[in-house]
Amino acid sequence: MSKVGHSERWKPKRSLSRWSERAIKFIFGAFALISIATTLGIILSLVFETIEFFQEVPIGRFLTDTEWTPLFANPKYGIFVLISATFLTSVIALLVAIPVGLMTAIYLSEHASQQTRRYLKPALEVLAGVPTVVYGYFALLFVTPILQIVIPGLEVFNALSAGLIMGIAILPTVASLSEDAIYAVPQSLRQGAYALGATKQETIQNVVLPAALSGIVASVILAIARAVGETMIVTIAAGQNPRLTLDPRLSVQTMTAFIVQVSLGDAPTASLEYKTIFAVGMTLFLITLILNMVSFWFVNRFREKYD
Amino acid sequence: MQIDAVIDEETVLQVENVSVYYGAFPALRGVYLEIPKNKITALIGPSGCGKSTLLRCLNRLNDFILGARVEGRVRFGGMNLYDKSVDPVEVRRRIGMVFQVPNPFPKSIYENIAYGARINGYQGNVDELVEIALKDAALWDEVKDKLKNSGLSLSGGQQQRLCIARALAIEPEVLLMDEPCSALDPISTGRIEELMHELKQKYTIVIVTHNIQQAARISSYTAFFSTDESRTGQMVEFGPTTRIFGQANDPRTRDYVEGRFG
Ligand SMILES: Nc1ncnc2c1ncn2[C@@H]1O[C@H](COP(=O)(O)OP(=O)(O)OP(=O)(O)O)[C@@H](O)[C@H]1O
Ligand SMILES: [Mg+2]
Repeated sequence: MSKVGHSERWKPKRSLSRWSERAIKFIFGAFALISIATTLGIILSLVFETIEFFQEVPIGRFLTDTEWTPLFANPKYGIFVLISATFLTSVIALLVAIPVGLMTAIYLSEHASQQTRRYLKPALEVLAGVPTVVYGYFALLFVTPILQIVIPGLEVFNALSAGLIMGIAILPTVASLSEDAIYAVPQSLRQGAYALGATKQETIQNVVLPAALSGIVASVILAIARAVGETMIVTIAAGQNPRLTLDPRLSVQTMTAFIVQVSLGDAPTASLEYKTIFAVGMTLFLITLILNMVSFWFVNRFREKYD
Repeated sequence: MQIDAVIDEETVLQVENVSVYYGAFPALRGVYLEIPKNKITALIGPSGCGKSTLLRCLNRLNDFILGARVEGRVRFGGMNLYDKSVDPVEVRRRIGMVFQVPNPFPKSIYENIAYGARINGYQGNVDELVEIALKDAALWDEVKDKLKNSGLSLSGGQQQRLCIARALAIEPEVLLMDEPCSALDPISTGRIEELMHELKQKYTIVIVTHNIQQAARISSYTAFFSTDESRTGQMVEFGPTTRIFGQANDPRTRDYVEGRFG
């Protein structure tokens, strides 16, 4: 086989490739830039309005007041009132979503037959696609009346049914993402454990779940972020009643519900009310950021890499 | 099929008329085989003839393969492994396995070995057990200063020896090895072969290998497997390694061990 013959038979059509590769790199870079710029823009607008807010309301009062009445004649700005409501509904939601979601994930990937898995997983993803406004009215019009039969003193708007239904709403996120992580653990690791005389339960607990931990934690973090940021369900079912309480039977107002309330009213752009929603938004943003950082640290610290 | 009666040997495993189906496909048909105690038995044959399948029958690892069905009997210490009353978990504790691709757990070196001991309720000193297992697997000197490091930080050959140590730590009676050297360089392979020579004092070893010279070097007995026209595997011949490699009865065996495939 001569050299000439060889070069005749192999002619890659790549004459344009150097340019097209550059162009592609540029286009993709531009789109990445758009998303980064948007994020930055949001943060900047939050920061500026928040600074203006704190020029009028001392940060000490923001953190220590025990009432949240920004729309009253004599306004009080105790952010912990709203935080307590967000915390309460989120904790209830996570108490539902994390255990049920994890057990669903383990069942789907380790116990369910191929057949069951084929039907159950898409069904779960449909559940994730139900609009949250539907969940909100479901909580208000269906769950609350039933719970009122068994729980005395349950208000029409309450943190409990909002939290429970929010848990159902974010359960598919936990289940689906954790399931992906658990399913991705190589079969060879399971076989290694079985070959040492481990039972199925031991294999799942000691080998599979630790290996899938970073994916599971990621799903939990996403669930927390969704619970904290969830708006529709809590606005509809938990009410608009800001009070500093951890009693799930009462009507409360979460940070997101407050933002909705002010946004729906017609607060003038430069008014203090208007700036209030940015201060609340900033608080939400910081809470989510801290959660993300904690989880990042956690995953790096405890992950068991298997590749 | 030529099967030498396993002359004057005490055997620990007796495979009696074992057939394995994956769904409707018969992967292995009618295998009779006796595994002599404290010897190395090699399973050789072309790819896809059912060597790994048979190996998995010996510790019931086929239980986890969807659609796999095993017929026949595998006797082990007087009981049939496939009897309803037999607990497969207990079987796997007594019959250990090393896989073709090293599969250490994503845990520390120490934990990789201690794990089996812990789940099986080992009553002795775990530190000592870890040390003995690592020494038995000829890995101790290389890792004794970094037992806390991840098992995955080791080289491929070291990982495979870690997996051997892990299998040895639960003191199995039989050690099944599925091509344990296929991912290793010649030096690591040599190490593991030496190791097997040591190990057969204490253990019975069944090894699957594609390396015919390796089978000739290390094993006392050899079983040759092949496939028929419908790709179903069967055992063609079994006997002392010297006879299989010197004067095999079946022409297929002769062709295979002399490197003429057909
Ligand atoms: N999990 C499985 N599902 C379906 N068929 C399988 C499965 N595992 C193996 N088989 C089939 O069974 C036959 C024997 O496979 P096996 O892995 O035992 O061969 P082998 O002798 O170990 O081959 P190799 O030397 O390539 O490892 C092959 O035809 C294979 O396609
Ligand atoms: Mg194989």
